[in-house]
Amino acid sequence: MINKVIENADNAVADIPDGATLMLGGFGLCGIPENCIAALLKKGVRNLTCISNNAGVDDFGIGLLLKQRQVKKMISSYVGENEEFERQLLSGELEVELIPQGTLAERIRAGGAGIPAFFTPAGYGTEVAQGKESREFHGKMYLMETWLKADFAIVKAWKGDTAGNLIYKGTARNFNPMMATAGKITIAEVEELVPAGQLDPNAIHTPGVFVHRIFQGQHYEKRIEQRTVRR
Amino acid sequence: MLDKHGIAKRISKELKEGMYVNLGIGIPTLVANYIPEGINVVLQSENGLLGIGPFPLENEVDPDLINAGKQTVTMLPGSSLFSSAESFAMIRGGHIHLTILGAMEVSENGDIANWKIPGKMVKGMGGAMDLVASAENIIVAMQHVSKSGASKLLKQCTLPITGLRCVKKIVTELAVLDVLPEGGFKLVERALGVSVEDIKQATEGKLIIEGEVPEMQV
Repeated sequence: MINKVIENADNAVADIPDGATLMLGGFGLCGIPENCIAALLKKGVRNLTCISNNAGVDDFGIGLLLKQRQVKKMISSYVGENEEFERQLLSGELEVELIPQGTLAERIRAGGAGIPAFFTPAGYGTEVAQGKESREFHGKMYLMETWLKADFAIVKAWKGDTAGNLIYKGTARNFNPMMATAGKITIAEVEELVPAGQLDPNAIHTPGVFVHRIFQGQHYEKRIEQRTVRR
Repeated sequence: MLDKHGIAKRISKELKEGMYVNLGIGIPTLVANYIPEGINVVLQSENGLLGIGPFPLENEVDPDLINAGKQTVTMLPGSSLFSSAESFAMIRGGHIHLTILGAMEVSENGDIANWKIPGKMVKGMGGAMDLVASAENIIVAMQHVSKSGASKLLKQCTLPITGLRCVKKIVTELAVLDVLPEGGFKLVERALGVSVEDIKQATEGKLIIEGEVPEMQV
Protein backbone atom coordinates (compact mmCIF):
# COMPACT_ATOMS: atom_id res chain seq x y z
CA MET A 1 0.00 0.00 0.00
CA ILE A 2 1.27 3.51 -0.77
CA ASN A 3 2.46 5.21 2.39
CA LYS A 4 1.09 8.76 2.85
CA VAL A 5 2.56 9.45 6.26
CA ILE A 6 4.39 12.72 6.87
CA GLU A 7 6.12 13.38 10.15
CA ASN A 8 4.20 16.33 11.55
CA ALA A 9 2.14 19.44 10.84
CA ASP A 10 5.19 21.63 10.12
CA ASN A 11 6.35 19.28 7.39
CA ALA A 12 2.83 18.86 6.05
CA VAL A 13 2.43 22.60 5.37
CA ALA A 14 6.09 23.36 4.57
CA ASP A 15 5.55 23.94 0.84
CA ILE A 16 2.38 26.05 1.10
CA PRO A 17 3.41 29.33 -0.59
CA ASP A 18 2.20 32.89 -0.08
CA GLY A 19 -0.97 33.49 -2.07
CA ALA A 20 -2.13 29.87 -1.97
CA THR A 21 -5.80 28.90 -2.00
CA LEU A 22 -6.63 26.64 0.95
CA MET A 23 -9.67 24.66 1.95
CA LEU A 24 -9.97 24.17 5.70
CA GLY A 25 -12.47 21.63 7.05
CA GLY A 26 -14.81 22.24 9.95
CA PHE A 27 -18.17 23.72 10.92
CA GLY A 28 -17.71 26.40 13.54
CA LEU A 29 -14.85 25.07 15.64
CA CYS A 30 -16.03 21.46 15.22
CA GLY A 31 -13.72 19.30 13.10
CA ILE A 32 -11.14 21.99 12.29
CA PRO A 33 -7.50 21.08 11.53
CA GLU A 34 -6.05 22.61 14.70
CA ASN A 35 -2.52 21.32 14.19
CA CYS A 36 -2.16 22.59 10.62
CA ILE A 37 -3.61 25.99 11.55
CA ALA A 38 -0.96 26.24 14.30
CA ALA A 39 1.74 25.26 11.78
CA LEU A 40 0.51 27.89 9.30
CA LEU A 41 0.69 30.50 12.06
CA LYS A 42 4.25 29.48 12.85
CA LYS A 43 5.24 29.47 9.18
CA GLY A 44 3.73 32.94 8.69
CA VAL A 45 2.59 32.31 5.12
CA ARG A 46 0.54 35.27 3.83
CA ASN A 47 -2.06 36.41 1.31
CA LEU A 48 -4.01 33.21 1.70
CA THR A 49 -7.43 32.62 0.21
CA CYS A 50 -9.25 30.42 2.72
CA ILE A 51 -12.33 28.42 1.77
CA SER A 52 -14.05 27.36 4.97
CA ASN A 53 -17.67 27.38 6.12
CA ASN A 54 -16.80 29.75 8.98
CA ALA A 55 -13.90 31.99 9.91
CA GLY A 56 -13.24 30.75 13.44
CA VAL A 57 -13.52 32.96 16.52
CA ASP A 58 -11.20 35.78 17.59
CA ASP A 59 -8.76 33.56 19.43
CA PHE A 60 -9.16 30.15 17.81
CA GLY A 61 -9.32 28.44 14.45
CA ILE A 62 -9.00 30.60 11.33
CA GLY A 63 -9.48 33.63 13.60
CA LEU A 64 -5.84 33.18 14.62
CA LEU A 65 -4.69 33.43 10.98
CA LEU A 66 -6.85 36.53 10.52
CA LYS A 67 -5.33 38.16 13.57
CA GLN A 68 -1.85 37.72 12.09
CA ARG A 69 -3.08 39.21 8.77
CA GLN A 70 -2.27 36.02 6.88
CA VAL A 71 -5.62 35.89 5.08
CA LYS A 72 -6.35 37.98 1.99
CA LYS A 73 -9.76 36.53 1.22
CA MET A 74 -12.34 34.34 2.98
CA ILE A 75 -14.89 32.25 1.10
CA SER A 76 -17.51 31.16 3.64
CA SER A 77 -21.23 30.84 4.34
CA TYR A 78 -21.35 32.37 7.81
CA VAL A 79 -18.78 34.51 9.59
CA GLY A 80 -20.71 35.94 12.52
CA GLU A 81 -18.55 34.82 15.42
CA ASN A 82 -15.44 36.86 14.80
CA GLU A 83 -14.89 40.53 15.72
CA GLU A 84 -11.43 40.80 14.15
CA PHE A 85 -12.97 39.54 10.93
CA GLU A 86 -15.56 42.31 11.09
CA ARG A 87 -12.92 44.95 11.73
CA GLN A 88 -10.75 43.84 8.78
CA LEU A 89 -13.74 43.58 6.49
CA LEU A 90 -15.05 47.05 7.30
CA SER A 91 -11.57 48.57 6.92
CA GLY A 92 -11.12 46.90 3.53
CA GLU A 93 -8.14 44.80 4.59
CA LEU A 94 -9.99 41.57 3.95
CA GLU A 95 -12.10 40.38 1.02
CA VAL A 96 -15.03 38.10 1.68
CA GLU A 97 -17.25 36.05 -0.59
CA LEU A 98 -20.38 34.67 1.05
CA ILE A 99 -21.92 31.55 -0.45
CA PRO A 100 -25.05 29.66 0.65
CA GLN A 101 -23.93 26.73 2.77
CA GLY A 102 -25.36 24.00 0.57
CA THR A 103 -23.96 25.66 -2.54
CA LEU A 104 -20.55 25.88 -0.88
CA ALA A 105 -20.66 22.19 0.04
CA GLU A 106 -21.78 21.18 -3.45
CA ARG A 107 -19.25 23.42 -5.26
CA ILE A 108 -16.48 21.72 -3.30
CA ARG A 109 -17.97 18.28 -3.95
CA ALA A 110 -18.19 19.17 -7.67
CA GLY A 111 -14.56 20.30 -7.68
CA GLY A 112 -13.44 16.94 -6.36
CA ALA A 113 -15.80 14.99 -8.59
CA GLY A 114 -14.86 16.64 -11.90
CA ILE A 115 -18.18 18.42 -12.41
CA PRO A 116 -17.38 21.97 -13.61
CA ALA A 117 -20.86 23.39 -12.98
CA PHE A 118 -24.33 22.51 -11.75
CA PHE A 119 -27.72 24.16 -11.19
CA THR A 120 -29.18 24.84 -7.75
CA PRO A 121 -32.33 26.72 -6.64
CA ALA A 122 -30.50 28.35 -3.70
CA GLY A 123 -30.03 32.08 -4.15
CA TYR A 124 -32.25 32.52 -7.20
CA GLY A 125 -33.78 36.01 -7.08
CA THR A 126 -31.23 37.20 -4.50
CA GLU A 127 -28.00 39.14 -4.76
CA VAL A 128 -26.17 35.78 -4.84
CA ALA A 129 -27.56 35.41 -8.39
CA GLN A 130 -25.84 38.53 -9.73
CA GLY A 131 -23.75 37.72 -12.79
CA LYS A 132 -24.78 34.07 -12.85
CA GLU A 133 -26.65 32.16 -15.51
CA SER A 134 -30.15 31.09 -14.48
CA ARG A 135 -32.28 28.52 -16.21
CA GLU A 136 -35.72 26.98 -15.80
CA PHE A 137 -36.13 23.25 -15.25
CA HIS A 138 -39.59 21.74 -14.80
CA GLY A 139 -41.11 25.14 -14.08
CA LYS A 140 -38.64 26.22 -11.39
CA MET A 141 -35.69 28.59 -11.68
CA TYR A 142 -32.14 27.52 -10.88
CA LEU A 143 -28.73 29.21 -10.77
CA MET A 144 -25.59 27.88 -12.34
CA GLU A 145 -22.76 27.48 -9.86
CA THR A 146 -19.23 26.37 -10.67
CA TRP A 147 -16.84 23.98 -8.98
CA LEU A 148 -14.35 25.01 -6.31
CA LYS A 149 -10.86 23.58 -6.02
CA ALA A 150 -7.88 24.43 -3.85
CA ASP A 151 -4.12 24.27 -4.02
CA PHE A 152 -4.17 22.60 -0.63
CA ALA A 153 -7.12 21.03 1.18
CA ILE A 154 -6.53 20.62 4.90
CA VAL A 155 -8.88 18.29 6.71
CA LYS A 156 -9.27 16.80 10.19
CA ALA A 157 -10.43 13.24 10.80
CA TRP A 158 -10.87 11.06 13.84
CA LYS A 159 -8.94 8.03 12.64
CA GLY A 160 -6.76 7.45 9.65
CA ASP A 161 -4.34 4.85 8.38
CA THR A 162 -0.96 5.02 6.67
CA ALA A 163 -2.68 4.56 3.28
CA GLY A 164 -4.61 7.81 3.84
CA ASN A 165 -8.03 6.28 4.54
CA LEU A 166 -10.10 8.45 6.89
CA ILE A 167 -12.96 8.05 9.35
CA TYR A 168 -14.67 11.09 10.87
CA LYS A 169 -16.54 11.31 14.18
CA GLY A 170 -19.92 12.88 14.94
CA THR A 171 -20.69 16.20 13.30
CA ALA A 172 -16.94 16.84 12.96
CA ARG A 173 -17.39 15.28 9.52
CA ASN A 174 -19.18 18.33 7.99
CA PHE A 175 -17.09 19.81 5.13
CA ASN A 176 -14.06 17.56 5.59
CA PRO A 177 -15.00 14.72 3.18
CA MET A 178 -15.72 17.01 0.22
CA MET A 179 -12.66 19.17 0.84
CA ALA A 180 -10.49 16.05 0.97
CA THR A 181 -11.45 15.40 -2.65
CA ALA A 182 -10.95 18.95 -3.93
CA GLY A 183 -7.32 19.76 -3.11
CA LYS A 184 -4.42 19.43 -5.55
CA ILE A 185 -2.63 18.37 -2.38
CA THR A 186 -4.79 17.09 0.48
CA ILE A 187 -3.37 17.09 3.98
CA ALA A 188 -5.17 15.07 6.65
CA GLU A 189 -4.51 15.37 10.36
CA VAL A 190 -6.01 12.64 12.53
CA GLU A 191 -6.41 11.96 16.21
CA GLU A 192 -5.29 8.38 15.80
CA LEU A 193 -3.06 7.07 13.00
CA VAL A 194 -2.91 3.29 12.55
CA PRO A 195 -1.13 0.96 10.12
CA ALA A 196 -2.98 0.15 6.88
CA GLY A 197 -5.25 -2.83 7.46
CA GLN A 198 -6.40 -1.86 10.93
CA LEU A 199 -9.43 0.18 9.87
CA ASP A 200 -12.51 -1.68 8.67
CA PRO A 201 -12.76 -0.98 4.90
CA ASN A 202 -16.56 -0.93 5.29
CA ALA A 203 -16.29 2.03 7.64
CA ILE A 204 -14.00 4.31 5.59
CA HIS A 205 -15.54 7.72 4.82
CA THR A 206 -12.69 9.13 2.69
CA PRO A 207 -10.73 6.58 0.61
CA GLY A 208 -6.96 7.06 0.68
CA VAL A 209 -6.73 8.00 -3.00
CA PHE A 210 -7.82 11.54 -2.10
CA VAL A 211 -5.22 12.03 0.64
CA HIS A 212 -1.59 12.91 -0.12
CA ARG A 213 -0.21 13.53 3.37
CA ILE A 214 -1.38 12.24 6.72
CA PHE A 215 -0.09 12.68 10.25
CA GLN A 216 -1.24 12.14 13.80
CA GLY A 217 -2.02 15.48 15.38
CA GLN A 218 -1.47 16.26 19.03
CA HIS A 219 -2.94 18.27 21.90
CA TYR A 220 -6.41 18.67 20.39
CA GLU A 221 -8.22 21.39 22.27
CA LYS A 222 -11.61 20.89 20.52
CA ARG A 223 -12.98 24.14 21.81
CA ILE A 224 -16.77 24.36 22.21
CA GLU A 225 -18.52 27.53 20.97
CA GLN A 226 -21.90 27.08 22.64
CA ARG A 227 -21.71 24.72 25.59
CA THR A 228 -25.34 23.86 26.28
CA VAL A 229 -26.33 21.27 28.86
CA ARG A 230 -29.50 20.05 30.47
CA ARG A 231 -29.84 19.35 34.16
CA MET B 1 -50.05 38.43 22.60
CA LEU B 2 -47.72 35.47 22.50
CA ASP B 3 -44.19 35.41 23.83
CA LYS B 4 -41.51 33.47 21.95
CA HIS B 5 -42.42 30.26 23.76
CA GLY B 6 -46.05 30.74 22.79
CA ILE B 7 -45.07 31.17 19.14
CA ALA B 8 -42.97 28.00 19.31
CA LYS B 9 -45.81 26.11 20.99
CA ARG B 10 -48.31 27.17 18.33
CA ILE B 11 -45.93 26.16 15.53
CA SER B 12 -45.43 22.76 17.15
CA LYS B 13 -49.10 22.02 16.37
CA GLU B 14 -48.15 21.98 12.67
CA LEU B 15 -45.90 18.95 13.20
CA LYS B 16 -47.31 15.73 11.80
CA GLU B 17 -46.39 12.10 12.29
CA GLY B 18 -43.37 11.02 10.22
CA MET B 19 -42.08 14.48 9.33
CA TYR B 20 -38.40 15.26 8.90
CA VAL B 21 -37.98 18.86 10.04
CA ASN B 22 -35.25 21.49 9.97
CA LEU B 23 -35.43 24.08 12.76
CA GLY B 24 -33.61 27.39 12.36
CA ILE B 25 -31.83 29.30 15.09
CA GLY B 26 -33.83 31.32 17.65
CA ILE B 27 -37.56 30.77 18.24
CA PRO B 28 -37.65 27.80 15.80
CA THR B 29 -35.19 25.91 18.02
CA LEU B 30 -37.70 26.20 20.88
CA VAL B 31 -40.26 24.23 18.85
CA ALA B 32 -38.30 21.08 19.78
CA ASN B 33 -39.52 21.56 23.37
CA TYR B 34 -43.19 21.33 22.38
CA ILE B 35 -43.38 18.36 20.01
CA PRO B 36 -46.84 16.88 20.68
CA GLU B 37 -46.85 13.62 22.59
CA GLY B 38 -47.21 10.53 20.43
CA ILE B 39 -45.98 12.29 17.29
CA ASN B 40 -42.73 11.00 15.80
CA VAL B 41 -40.73 13.68 14.02
CA VAL B 42 -37.02 13.66 13.18
CA LEU B 43 -35.07 16.90 13.51
CA GLN B 44 -32.31 17.63 11.01
CA SER B 45 -29.23 19.72 11.70
CA GLU B 46 -27.77 20.92 8.42
CA ASN B 47 -24.16 20.50 9.52
CA GLY B 48 -24.75 16.74 9.30
CA LEU B 49 -27.08 15.08 11.81
CA LEU B 50 -30.54 13.54 11.56
CA GLY B 51 -32.20 12.82 14.88
CA ILE B 52 -31.15 15.66 17.18
CA GLY B 53 -31.51 14.63 20.81
CA PRO B 54 -31.78 16.84 23.89
CA PHE B 55 -28.90 18.93 25.15
CA PRO B 56 -26.32 16.70 26.88
CA LEU B 57 -25.89 16.22 30.60
CA GLU B 58 -22.68 17.81 31.89
CA ASN B 59 -20.84 14.47 31.65
CA GLU B 60 -22.13 13.73 28.12
CA VAL B 61 -20.82 16.90 26.42
CA ASP B 62 -19.00 15.97 23.20
CA PRO B 63 -17.25 18.73 21.21
CA ASP B 64 -17.63 16.56 18.11
CA LEU B 65 -21.42 16.66 18.34
CA ILE B 66 -23.04 20.04 17.74
CA ASN B 67 -26.11 21.44 16.00
CA ALA B 68 -26.22 24.13 13.33
CA GLY B 69 -26.27 26.79 16.08
CA LYS B 70 -22.94 25.35 17.31
CA GLN B 71 -24.61 24.15 20.53
CA THR B 72 -23.62 20.82 22.03
CA VAL B 73 -26.34 18.20 21.48
CA THR B 74 -26.91 14.46 21.79
CA MET B 75 -28.14 11.77 19.41
CA LEU B 76 -31.16 9.51 19.73
CA PRO B 77 -31.57 5.80 18.93
CA GLY B 78 -31.77 5.79 15.12
CA SER B 79 -29.81 9.00 14.57
CA SER B 80 -27.45 9.23 11.61
CA LEU B 81 -24.43 11.33 10.66
CA PHE B 82 -23.32 12.57 7.24
CA SER B 83 -21.39 15.26 5.42
CA SER B 84 -22.69 18.77 4.75
CA ALA B 85 -22.97 17.91 1.03
CA GLU B 86 -25.24 14.97 1.80
CA SER B 87 -27.14 17.12 4.28
CA PHE B 88 -27.99 19.70 1.62
CA ALA B 89 -28.80 16.91 -0.82
CA MET B 90 -31.53 15.98 1.67
CA ILE B 91 -32.69 19.58 1.75
CA ARG B 92 -32.54 20.38 -1.97
CA GLY B 93 -33.79 16.94 -2.91
CA GLY B 94 -37.05 17.57 -1.07
CA HIS B 95 -36.54 14.89 1.58
CA ILE B 96 -36.96 17.34 4.46
CA HIS B 97 -40.69 18.00 4.76
CA LEU B 98 -40.77 21.17 6.79
CA THR B 99 -38.45 24.08 7.49
CA ILE B 100 -39.19 26.45 10.36
CA LEU B 101 -37.14 29.62 10.45
CA GLY B 102 -37.10 33.22 11.57
CA ALA B 103 -37.49 36.29 9.37
CA MET B 104 -36.96 40.04 9.44
CA GLU B 105 -39.58 40.60 6.71
CA VAL B 106 -42.04 38.53 4.67
CA SER B 107 -43.93 39.88 1.67
CA GLU B 108 -47.53 39.10 0.72
CA ASN B 109 -46.34 36.81 -2.08
CA GLY B 110 -44.17 34.77 0.29
CA ASP B 111 -40.74 36.34 -0.29
CA ILE B 112 -38.54 36.22 2.79
CA ALA B 113 -35.72 38.49 3.94
CA ASN B 114 -33.70 37.26 6.89
CA TRP B 115 -29.97 37.42 6.22
CA LYS B 116 -28.73 40.94 5.76
CA ILE B 117 -29.37 44.51 6.88
CA PRO B 118 -27.65 47.11 4.69
CA GLY B 119 -25.19 49.16 6.69
CA LYS B 120 -24.76 46.49 9.33
CA MET B 121 -22.11 43.79 9.46
CA VAL B 122 -23.08 40.94 7.16
CA LYS B 123 -22.69 37.63 8.92
CA GLY B 124 -23.69 35.46 5.99
CA MET B 125 -26.68 33.45 4.92
CA GLY B 126 -25.46 30.10 6.22
CA GLY B 127 -27.92 27.47 5.00
CA ALA B 128 -30.97 29.75 4.87
CA MET B 129 -30.99 30.30 1.09
CA ASP B 130 -30.70 26.58 0.40
CA LEU B 131 -33.49 25.82 2.88
CA VAL B 132 -35.98 28.39 1.63
CA ALA B 133 -35.32 27.51 -2.03
CA SER B 134 -35.98 23.84 -1.44
CA ALA B 135 -38.43 22.95 1.33
CA GLU B 136 -41.96 22.11 0.23
CA ASN B 137 -43.34 23.71 3.38
CA ILE B 138 -41.87 26.71 5.14
CA ILE B 139 -43.24 28.18 8.34
CA VAL B 140 -41.85 31.45 9.61
CA ALA B 141 -41.67 32.43 13.27
CA MET B 142 -41.34 36.19 13.57
CA GLN B 143 -42.40 39.41 15.25
CA HIS B 144 -45.35 41.05 13.49
CA VAL B 145 -44.01 44.57 14.04
CA SER B 146 -40.55 45.99 14.69
CA LYS B 147 -39.58 47.63 17.97
CA SER B 148 -40.38 50.99 16.38
CA GLY B 149 -43.84 49.76 15.46
CA ALA B 150 -43.30 49.17 11.72
CA SER B 151 -44.99 46.17 10.13
CA LYS B 152 -42.77 43.29 9.04
CA LEU B 153 -45.53 41.69 6.95
CA LEU B 154 -45.20 43.79 3.84
CA LYS B 155 -46.38 44.25 0.28
CA GLN B 156 -42.75 43.92 -0.77
CA CYS B 157 -39.62 43.21 1.24
CA THR B 158 -37.32 46.20 1.69
CA LEU B 159 -34.32 44.18 2.90
CA PRO B 160 -32.18 41.93 0.67
CA ILE B 161 -34.14 38.80 -0.24
CA THR B 162 -33.25 35.31 1.02
CA GLY B 163 -35.75 33.50 -1.22
CA LEU B 164 -38.75 34.19 -3.46
CA ARG B 165 -42.34 32.97 -3.05
CA CYS B 166 -41.49 30.33 -0.49
CA VAL B 167 -43.19 31.10 2.84
CA LYS B 168 -46.43 29.14 3.39
CA LYS B 169 -47.37 30.07 6.95
CA ILE B 170 -46.41 32.73 9.50
CA VAL B 171 -46.82 32.64 13.26
CA THR B 172 -46.29 35.95 15.05
CA GLU B 173 -46.99 37.28 18.54
CA LEU B 174 -50.37 38.42 17.21
CA ALA B 175 -51.62 35.87 14.71
CA VAL B 176 -51.34 32.81 12.50
CA LEU B 177 -51.49 33.67 8.80
CA ASP B 178 -51.35 31.59 5.62
CA VAL B 179 -49.56 33.07 2.65
CA LEU B 180 -51.89 32.36 -0.28
CA PRO B 181 -50.47 31.12 -3.59
CA GLU B 182 -52.16 34.03 -5.37
CA GLY B 183 -50.72 36.49 -2.85
CA GLY B 184 -51.96 37.92 0.45
CA PHE B 185 -51.83 37.06 4.13
CA LYS B 186 -54.94 35.12 5.11
CA LEU B 187 -55.69 35.57 8.80
CA VAL B 188 -56.24 32.13 10.31
CA GLU B 189 -56.10 32.69 14.06
CA ARG B 190 -55.70 35.54 16.53
CA ALA B 191 -53.61 35.38 19.69
CA LEU B 192 -55.59 35.60 22.93
CA GLY B 193 -56.74 39.15 23.56
CA VAL B 194 -55.73 40.40 20.12
CA SER B 195 -58.46 41.82 17.89
CA VAL B 196 -58.77 41.63 14.12
CA GLU B 197 -58.38 45.40 14.14
CA ASP B 198 -55.03 45.11 16.00
CA ILE B 199 -53.80 42.72 13.31
CA LYS B 200 -55.00 45.00 10.51
CA GLN B 201 -53.06 47.85 12.08
CA ALA B 202 -49.92 45.72 12.28
CA THR B 203 -50.02 44.35 8.73
CA GLU B 204 -48.87 46.48 5.81
CA GLY B 205 -49.33 43.80 3.15
CA LYS B 206 -52.68 42.60 1.83
CA LEU B 207 -54.61 41.03 4.71
CA ILE B 208 -57.44 38.66 3.86
CA ILE B 209 -60.15 38.16 6.47
CA GLU B 210 -62.97 35.69 5.89
CA GLY B 211 -65.72 35.30 8.47
CA GLU B 212 -65.04 34.85 12.18
CA VAL B 213 -61.34 34.50 13.02
CA PRO B 214 -60.91 32.12 15.95
CA GLU B 215 -58.57 32.63 18.88
CA MET B 216 -55.48 30.44 19.03
CA GLN B 217 -55.57 27.39 21.24
CA VAL B 218 -52.11 27.01 22.74
